Amino acid sequence: MTQYLLSVHSVDGEARDPMTDEEIQRSWKQIQVLNEELKSAGAWVFSGRLHEPDTATVVRISDGEAVTTDGPFVESREHLGGFYIIQAEDLDAALVWASKATAAVGKPIEVRPFAAAEA
Amino acid sequence: MGDGDDPARLDQAGVGRIFREESGRSVATLIRVFGDIDLAEDAVQEAFAVALYKWPDDGLPPNPGGWITMTARNHAIDRLRRESRGRELLGEVALLSPGGQEPDVSEETGAVPDYRLRLIFTCCHPALSIEAQVALTLRLLGGLSTREVARSFLVAEPTMARRLVRAKHKIKAARIPYRVPSEHELPDRLRSVLAVVYLVYTAGLAGPAEPGLCAEAIRLARVLAAVLPDEPEVAGLLALLLLTESRRPSRTRPDGSLVLLADQDRTRWDQALIQEGQAILRRCLRRNQPGPYQLQAAIHAVHADAATVEETDWSQIVVLYDQLFAVAPTSVVALNRAVAVGEVQGPAAALALVAELNLDTYYPFHATRADLLRRLGRHGEAAAAYQRAAALAPTDAERDFLRLGGRASRRADR
Repeated sequence: MTQYLLSVHSVDGEARDPMTDEEIQRSWKQIQVLNEELKSAGAWVFSGRLHEPDTATVVRISDGEAVTTDGPFVESREHLGGFYIIQAEDLDAALVWASKATAAVGKPIEVRPFAAAEA
Repeated sequence: MGDGDDPARLDQAGVGRIFREESGRSVATLIRVFGDIDLAEDAVQEAFAVALYKWPDDGLPPNPGGWITMTARNHAIDRLRRESRGRELLGEVALLSPGGQEPDVSEETGAVPDYRLRLIFTCCHPALSIEAQVALTLRLLGGLSTREVARSFLVAEPTMARRLVRAKHKIKAARIPYRVPSEHELPDRLRSVLAVVYLVYTAGLAGPAEPGLCAEAIRLARVLAAVLPDEPEVAGLLALLLLTESRRPSRTRPDGSLVLLADQDRTRWDQALIQEGQAILRRCLRRNQPGPYQLQAAIHAVHADAATVEETDWSQIVVLYDQLFAVAPTSVVALNRAVAVGEVQGPAAALALVAELNLDTYYPFHATRADLLRRLGRHGEAAAAYQRAAALAPTDAERDFLRLGGRASRRADR
């Protein structure tokens, strides 16, 4: 088994395209169903949605001291909106989960293997 | 020792030729056994080095493919024994190999399953870029050296080496599977495999590429057709390549310039390739699942049937382009269809069809328009279209040809 990060990419502007309540409900429902499916298949490790990037804080070491700055690491229109960590037999299996996830959340998903991936 | 036809005459080029024939199968088998592409590749490379000094003296072994696989396997095992991580891996390998202490590779080729199919699906996985797919396929299945692959695509050798390393690393890290896709995935995945083989062929056709990419593509298509006998599009691709290949020598002049289909010396078309291609095509068309490769092959087959350009059955070609457009509705197909319509209904009908196409950056579009305008006596417009085509043409030979106004010919042989 290999663990994969499925990161959900949002683009500012597109992220806030007005969804109707009904659409929000449907999307939320699909995400719930997917989470259940991941769990019952034994593929789910962790998942979560993130607040907007303007809630981010960056910490770095400068002259031996931890310095914090307000805002995301990189100011960009694209940002990480949420992610799944899953375990799968191989990339094909991970891509099947990614297709389901992108259909549920309506955003592109990047699939990346973890380096120390043996579960 | 092979006691047939003078084994002592085998020179280094001969060893290289046989090795290239066989190495894909050995690499594929060793990846299956050891689960590691680099190890398999290096081991087969070492076996090649051994063959280079042994075969010219000892003669060709009775089963060269089996010899390469066994020699490479032994090198790989020796190497794993020297490394502690390797000893662990070797333990796993022994466990996985049914009924043996050692990886199960029989010297009888008949007993070794053909793993090349797995390998080509791994190499042509859609998670890899098309450039990486082509490079990996040529390197691992075609047995070309990195330098040869680089030269074929006019890329510097270090660039190609990096591309290959990156692709192999991604296969390993992301765990791109080493297996034949299941039935429901097969059509999609097969499309990308066939596209890679076709691209290898057209790269060979377009440039005077060093190691004979056309022959390499045909060899890959033959392997695919042998292992996937029930896929009509695989047979269709092989037929298409054979029929295209039958005309390759008459397609260019000694100075490298193109000869249009209508002007080619048809007595130079290779009848053996035509017959083989047409026979394969007849068999796959009987399945009645026409796809883009079968239909393109069928169009080539109609041209091959005509002893002179005047005898060409253009209405049959129009019918085939209609079917091709139904499964592959691209502007390029529409353009070629318009050319065929022009032969049946005249240039005015073709020009009307061409006018609807949005192919402004595609030079054959302008060349076709130019030819149709010239045939309609609209010489001023024709000259402008030839200029536009010449400005876009990718090679000097094609540019010169178009500057000369395309002479009296009909269509570029594609």
